[in-house]
Amino acid sequence: MSIKYNDFVIRFANVNGSGSASANGMFAKALFRMGIPVATRNIFPSNIQGLPTWFEVRVSEKGYLGRREGVDIMVAMNAETLVEDVASISPGGYLLYDNSKPLAKALRRDDIHEIAIPIAAMMLPEFTDPKQRSLFKNIAYLGALAGLLNIEFDVITGMVSTQYKGKDALIQPNIRSLELGRDYAVRYLNAPLPLQVRRSDAVGDRIMIDGNDAAGLGSVYGGATVCAWYPITPSTSVAESFENHSNVLRIDKETGQKKFAFLQVEDELAAIGVVIGAAWNGARSFTATSGPGISLMSEFLGLAYFAEIPAVIWDIQRSGPSTGMPTRTQQGDLIGAAYASHGDTKHPLLFPSTPKECFDFAVQALDLADRLQTPIMVLSDLELGMNDNLSDPFEWDDSRRYDRGKVLSAKDLDEVEVFGRYLDVDGDGIGYRTYPGTHPEKGAFFTRGTSRDEFAVYTESGAVYQRNMERLQKKWQTARTMVPEARIANLGHSVGVLYYGTTALPMPEALDNLAESGIHMDTCRVRAFPFGDQVEQFIASHDLVFVAEQNRDGQMRLLLINELQTNPAKLISVLYYAGLSISADTITEQISDYYIENKLSRVTEVQS
Amino acid sequence: MTFVAKPRVHHPKLPVNEIGLTRRDYEGSVSTLCAGCGHDSVSAAIVQACAELSLPPHRFAKVSGIGCSSKTPSYFLNKSHGFNSVHGRMPSVMTGSNLANRDLIGVGVSGDGDSASIGFGQFAHIVRRSINMLYLVDNNGTYGLTKGQFSATNDKGSTSKKGVPNLYEPIDLVSSALQIGASFVARSFSGDKKQLVPLIKAALMHKGMAFIDVISPCVAFNNHSGSTKSYEFVRDHIHNVMDADLIMTHDEVTADYAEGTREDVSMPDGSTLQLYKVDADYDPYDRVGALNYVQRMQEKGEVVTGLLYVNPDAVECHDIMDTVSRPLNELTEADLCPGSDTLAALNQRYR
Repeated sequence: MSIKYNDFVIRFANVNGSGSASANGMFAKALFRMGIPVATRNIFPSNIQGLPTWFEVRVSEKGYLGRREGVDIMVAMNAETLVEDVASISPGGYLLYDNSKPLAKALRRDDIHEIAIPIAAMMLPEFTDPKQRSLFKNIAYLGALAGLLNIEFDVITGMVSTQYKGKDALIQPNIRSLELGRDYAVRYLNAPLPLQVRRSDAVGDRIMIDGNDAAGLGSVYGGATVCAWYPITPSTSVAESFENHSNVLRIDKETGQKKFAFLQVEDELAAIGVVIGAAWNGARSFTATSGPGISLMSEFLGLAYFAEIPAVIWDIQRSGPSTGMPTRTQQGDLIGAAYASHGDTKHPLLFPSTPKECFDFAVQALDLADRLQTPIMVLSDLELGMNDNLSDPFEWDDSRRYDRGKVLSAKDLDEVEVFGRYLDVDGDGIGYRTYPGTHPEKGAFFTRGTSRDEFAVYTESGAVYQRNMERLQKKWQTARTMVPEARIANLGHSVGVLYYGTTALPMPEALDNLAESGIHMDTCRVRAFPFGDQVEQFIASHDLVFVAEQNRDGQMRLLLINELQTNPAKLISVLYYAGLSISADTITEQISDYYIENKLSRVTEVQS
Repeated sequence: MTFVAKPRVHHPKLPVNEIGLTRRDYEGSVSTLCAGCGHDSVSAAIVQACAELSLPPHRFAKVSGIGCSSKTPSYFLNKSHGFNSVHGRMPSVMTGSNLANRDLIGVGVSGDGDSASIGFGQFAHIVRRSINMLYLVDNNGTYGLTKGQFSATNDKGSTSKKGVPNLYEPIDLVSSALQIGASFVARSFSGDKKQLVPLIKAALMHKGMAFIDVISPCVAFNNHSGSTKSYEFVRDHIHNVMDADLIMTHDEVTADYAEGTREDVSMPDGSTLQLYKVDADYDPYDRVGALNYVQRMQEKGEVVTGLLYVNPDAVECHDIMDTVSRPLNELTEADLCPGSDTLAALNQRYR
């Protein structure tokens, strides 16, 4: 039998709270350290202990990081989900299970391979404490997988030594459990399997990190000094990352005091209120939330849009509406975020696809908020935010300066003859602002959500109100030129595919699949709203554009139609919203089906 | 709405304070509230207090929510920035403002609808955080701008202008502030400037959250017989326990209180808080006792006023968080950005 290297999907079925996350994480990290591209996915319940949880690792020498349908190896450690877990294994795949209790006959499949290891029985003589027995079972199956898949054992033991540095008492039992598992696999199971890993250089200099951690670190680099937040899955780790990194990187060397304020508040209304109050007073500030939080923040977002106050809001999207599936991913907040609040409001949105982009957009969002004097929302999702992803390493140019936008200092005010907070001096729709307390005589103004004239004086004049709203529209046009441009690959095909955020992850694989069947497409990865000229031109220059996204209503498609007046017939939705992330198989299938149904020619002509 | 600008010419005999400014330098725009509104007296008291303390008039951050009370920051200290924000959300905006610049003097003005109804949660939580500020509620028991609905501070049985009684229990913000742990709690009456101005001065110099509930009758909707928030009712039922004044180090003591004893409390900034016990048995350092007393008197229909509780050793939010002494909004790239070498080392940690 020929050996297949570095190309499989392994899924671990565990019980939430059983300590499996650490062992599963080590599995993925070991492969990553062997230079093999991996993508991890945590499928977890809204629960602390007891409900089923799955951890999936996609291993791909080709570097395909999106989700793939089918499971090649199932590590079935949860009796409750055994039936569905066994059923989900692809034909020819492997079932690793604990045969301390025999497998029910009804579960047996003759089209898969069984790998039976008496893990619980093996732990019995080793540990007297039942909690330890249970915990080290996870390490034992990791050891068995090392033997079965040919993972370099030194890599794993090295991680154990690093992880428990200073807690030497924990190193020995971990290593012992790893060895027990591996030795059993080697002695009794004909290891290694025909499905194996081997050292590669396909990872390059990439790092492995989750998007939320990258966002928190980026906010530190971007100069955020105030973070106010309210816990909500899947966004919580953005704020936690900011605090953790700040506690190391933002401590005054002489006094030990903090160069940041980190405040967990009573709800999302307070979180956005603190952010707006801090930004009004000249501090870079941000919050992190998910869809329900955006709903609660909406009144304040309208105020900040109209009163023109910077704010950065991370929306780590989850399945909605309402509380929906709070621990599953979705791209469902586009419309709600883009037009959040009452009256004529709209807000710039950024769509990161990788942890590197989370880091970069964290910095850029703070710059854009200050420059445009308006809330900027970064729409990530659970898939990117809470899973370890391969990413290009973070970069920083030490000559980079924060763009604090149009702010007048006391000295500036001395030189300015006329100061009007909402005067469009430069013709870009953006006025000059002052921080409170700047000057004894000049520059003070009153901020309000009610209408006011160019000098911030209250007015109910319809003409003045309308003039102001038109200036905000001009500012929106300025924003179009400042937000991140779409990434476009234009080879002159007549059909294109447009996508954003984590829908980018399975796209290279989907495009390869489609190309094999004669379907070739140009690509446009949208990175921001409002849409720049490039997006408009991309749509205009293609006969048909598939819009791939992860929600029911095709929200990006609706935004494009609404904002660019695109002919709806030209934009074909490719949709997935069943809680997991969209897979290459889904994209391939839906586009292929469209080609079949509409009898489109398979090899599109290349115009050069 | 007519708008008559005040002449900027000063009366030559207007007294000048220590930094060479007159009271006019602390004023704001002309009020658009009803003639006789208690809130205007409160604004005037703030102007007087700030002028007497010789505070720089541009170094305040004025924040309010929505409602008649929340319009008032326009009517004082027009050299400072003001922010008329969202209904019930002054506390969060003020929290942010204070986190950004701890050096500015925070003045938050709210109303009974703003703080006891829609914003009751934010009120409770800013008290917990001990933000260094004056939190002043213009409490008239009614929603004026929407034409006289009861607010949550309106007493049970107190009637509307049409004579309909309020059926629900009131929320007493003073009791809530005491229970949640405010370090300075006072109640006053917009009709008693002699009591109110010194209380505002003491509150402005207090470190931590200073809360003043000012009963401020609504002449349009809640000043009739049957209302417990009318000028007449409050005057008849007021029970003052403790006057306070804030004396800067070099000021002459000019107390004109006949009754009771005086006690001086040294404040962290070197000034002196003077307490005059109007009710000789009252202990302003006993938080639980104060709560008990206020509640008992409320049962009798009496309105307890004065400085009800003070903890001169209180800490503020920045002490709790242990933030740097420089305002966060003044920190630059050199303070905030760890740089490329650190980032390279961090990348290595993620490999």
